[in-house]
Amino acid sequence: MTDAFPITVNGKRIRVNGGTSVAAAVTKANEPCRFSVSGEPRAPLCGMGICMECRATVNGVPHRRTCQIACSAGMEVLTG
Amino acid sequence: MSASFEVVVVGAGPGGIAAATVAAEAGCRVCLLDDNVAMGGQIWRGFRAENAHKYPHGNGFIAWTTRLQQTKCEVWQGWQAIDQPASGVLRLERAGEIRDVEYGNLIVATGARERFLPFPGWTLPGVMGAGGLQALVKSGLDPQGKRVVLAGSGPLLLAVGAGLASAGAVVAGIYEQAPLSKLAGFALALLAQPAKLAEGARYRLKAMHAPYRTSSWIVQAGGRGRVERVTLTDGRKTWSVDCDWLGCGFNLVPNIELPRLLGCRTVAGYVEVDRLQQSSVSRVACVGELTGIGGLEKALVEGQIAGLSAAGRETEALRLLPQRRRLQNFAHRLDRAFSLRPELRNLARTDTLVCRCEDVPHSELRGCASWRQAKLHTRCGMGACQGRVCGSATEFLFGWENQNSRPPVFPTAVSTLATKL
Repeated sequence: MTDAFPITVNGKRIRVNGGTSVAAAVTKANEPCRFSVSGEPRAPLCGMGICMECRATVNGVPHRRTCQIACSAGMEVLTG
Repeated sequence: MSASFEVVVVGAGPGGIAAATVAAEAGCRVCLLDDNVAMGGQIWRGFRAENAHKYPHGNGFIAWTTRLQQTKCEVWQGWQAIDQPASGVLRLERAGEIRDVEYGNLIVATGARERFLPFPGWTLPGVMGAGGLQALVKSGLDPQGKRVVLAGSGPLLLAVGAGLASAGAVVAGIYEQAPLSKLAGFALALLAQPAKLAEGARYRLKAMHAPYRTSSWIVQAGGRGRVERVTLTDGRKTWSVDCDWLGCGFNLVPNIELPRLLGCRTVAGYVEVDRLQQSSVSRVACVGELTGIGGLEKALVEGQIAGLSAAGRETEALRLLPQRRRLQNFAHRLDRAFSLRPELRNLARTDTLVCRCEDVPHSELRGCASWRQAKLHTRCGMGACQGRVCGSATEFLFGWENQNSRPPVFPTAVSTLATKL
């Protein structure tokens, strides 16, 4: 683990350790990753890139599987 | 961009690492592809050279990755195989970038995922796979002080319980659906596997302060906006346990989409291979969980057999066959011990969602005769996960077989695919 650095999740600033996945950071921020087609809030299920429940917009790119991406300093994550 | 290698290995878990290492040591030009941030697959997820010795199985990780790094093997992280545009060529994607790679021999080591079964409340935030929860914790989620319930089936529940407890979580209970009578047979099988026995004992000791109950399974999860409690049953009485997180998975199923796309023949849900791990498709070998759920040691041995075979070292590969047979027997016993009880088919109520991508409830699927009909009529399995979650659930719930795999194997933006048109 490298030193902690800040990222934002839906504008909320949180500090994460190096090596933290974006999915773990979103869970830490207590935000759902997305809303389902019928409007249910959803959060990570499989943790390994197959279920697609954790997808969110990372640095402007939509539908990223957040469990497969490591946080980097200043990263902006938008969920929903 | 296109590249060419004598051996391409897909998946950098234990099986893929072992295959790539021995093939590269034998002098082959090898490329090891992986869609994660770092090597290790699931069991070695989050391990690094400086911290791995602290974890169970960590020494194996250090030994194998050290060996791999001493070779000239190229390791490509973050790439996923999505298609086979021509025979002997794999199309890869990473964050919108496309790359083709040509192979002399291909070794597929894509591992396994958890089987999730739908029950009321399973879509609430805070309900995860047992392995899913472990993966998130290994990826930096702090479990300190969190109350966790683990339920479902398989030895993974104990491993996850031990890991969470040692990371500071309060494991409120571990609930295994299999009856003790079946697990006793499994314990006997463990005696034939000294390394596995030690591993099992360590899990038991660490998880000791958490109740481990057999013949118990989940009824529902409840809470406002996220999981707050779970209800369990042993078939006679039901009870509730408060929790912050529920980890729930019912054994493992292989990530078989890529071998299916390549045309590899499967039997009972696994890829059929010969004694050198060769599939029915020429120049394509499959190793590890793809050929039967057996865990770390089986994957390492099968990976070596496939890697040596791809490098033309058949004699050396054949020496590993007795070891492989022992580990395959263990896999069969594992399968029998943790077979799923029929009551689990009744967990979902009429309004319980079965397909989480398209939000298809159980009631809509009841009248369907097949996986294909369900897809056409309800959109079940047509969403972003491409049936990876609901496919293995409906296989158990309704007995539907999902034999197809179509490119792209993972969702890929049309704009990305268009770069290759």
